Amino acid sequence: MIGTDSQTSGRGAEGIAVTNVGFDNPVLQSQAMYRVLLSAMSRPGHIVPCELLLEVPASLAQTTAAAALTLLDFDTPLWLDPAAAAQQALVDYLRFHCGCPIVEAHGHAAFAIITDPCKMPSLDAFPEGSDEYPDKSATLLIQVERLDDSRGVVLRGPGIENKQTIQGKGLPGGFWQQVQENHARFPKGVDIVLCAEDRIAALPRTTQVEV
Amino acid sequence: MTQSAQKNPAQSEAVEHGHADKIGPDPNYNFAYLDEQTKRMIRRAILKAVAIPGYQVPFASREMPMPYGWGTGGVQVTASILGPDDVLKVIDQGADDTTNAVSIRQFFVRTAAVETTEHTEEASIIQTRHRIPEKPLSEDQILVYQVPIPEPLRFLEPRESETRKMHALGEYGLMHVKLYEDIATHGHIATTYAYPVKVNSHYIMDPSPTPKFDNPKMHRMPALQLFGAGREKRIYAIPPHTAVYSLDFEDHPFEIQQWEQSCELCGAENTFLDEVVTDDRGGRMFVCSDSDHCNRKREAAE
Repeated sequence: MIGTDSQTSGRGAEGIAVTNVGFDNPVLQSQAMYRVLLSAMSRPGHIVPCELLLEVPASLAQTTAAAALTLLDFDTPLWLDPAAAAQQALVDYLRFHCGCPIVEAHGHAAFAIITDPCKMPSLDAFPEGSDEYPDKSATLLIQVERLDDSRGVVLRGPGIENKQTIQGKGLPGGFWQQVQENHARFPKGVDIVLCAEDRIAALPRTTQVEV
Repeated sequence: MTQSAQKNPAQSEAVEHGHADKIGPDPNYNFAYLDEQTKRMIRRAILKAVAIPGYQVPFASREMPMPYGWGTGGVQVTASILGPDDVLKVIDQGADDTTNAVSIRQFFVRTAAVETTEHTEEASIIQTRHRIPEKPLSEDQILVYQVPIPEPLRFLEPRESETRKMHALGEYGLMHVKLYEDIATHGHIATTYAYPVKVNSHYIMDPSPTPKFDNPKMHRMPALQLFGAGREKRIYAIPPHTAVYSLDFEDHPFEIQQWEQSCELCGAENTFLDEVVTDDRGGRMFVCSDSDHCNRKREAAE
């Protein structure tokens, strides 16, 4: 089991130094984190708290790390935004614990981790799938400083009974406009998970935004 | 694919392990049977399915220790979401005590040591073969359907490349022609199960062969609905509170089945009834298909 003893904190398979461990119990913790993600994706904009005690590289949020450990493997090309890609410890951590290929071009990504949303490419720059295969689209893990669902923009769509409000601190101007445009491309489009330090919320492509 | 014709090779062994085995999951298997990479692949597919309601996401379905037709798709979906804190209910045509339901329940007791129940409201995950419980489900529950043929257009157009294009273009005229032919031949829409629905005003979806009696329950259901087709390697989903409309015509609106009889065991008048032959001289009785609902109603009456 990766990450349970100190041996794995030494040098990894590729000779990279990995100083942070992954899940203590990969089977049950990834299951618990997955239910958090599933709950968020089925109720867009609804904040799902998750208590995590992970030791993660600097500038990677606990929730982002846990989502990566839960969903990524050799089948999922990952794109890191320049702020994340510049941090070798973060790159080594994901490469070692997830074993995912890290791609240079965001157009080839199945998943993307965005640690500095203000400088992120526009949502339509990521793979959106095709009309025949809309599932071949990217899932974006966007780190935000804070999430609050008591106010903010109004969301509607599948998974939302009437309406849902949400506000994320640290998102770029025009972000919600882009989310609405992402919805307009349905069934194509990207799906977004907003990751704050101890809570997440999701914005699948079905979600409409009243900007 | 009748219940009586099904046999599960793993069942007898699993039963010997006992139902209330609280010593933890069988150490010879990973938790909930599937390996972790398979779970991740299925988990990713489920997330995309939830994000694109009604669209069939292809996934690399694994061989399971039970034959196709036994719910291998539903079992893989359940195995990928199930945790030690879940309470699992499994029904086969509404009943908790039929062969398929019992063996799948035993499978998860053995491989995940999960708590099981027959009571609809106590379950956090309900795996079903072709019925939706009579008791309304809540936001905290997940309903997992076992699906034999996920493609509603398959019997109208055998080529996957074509049906995929039809879904992409929203070209669903053929399905309306099929329902119209029902009316031309029988005077009414004679489709009684696997009645096609439109999800979120976009994709036409097969609700698995549930009786059309259950279709209205899917509309804006508070629970998440997941569908797994093992042999056909597809997963699809309906998020909570999502519009699900059964296809119909203005002059032939969608209707659910009605019975003149009421349940002979509990007296319910608004449930889905099974006709049970009681002897070889034409004797028969009508009873609730949802065994939990029927039992509880009788207990309450006593």
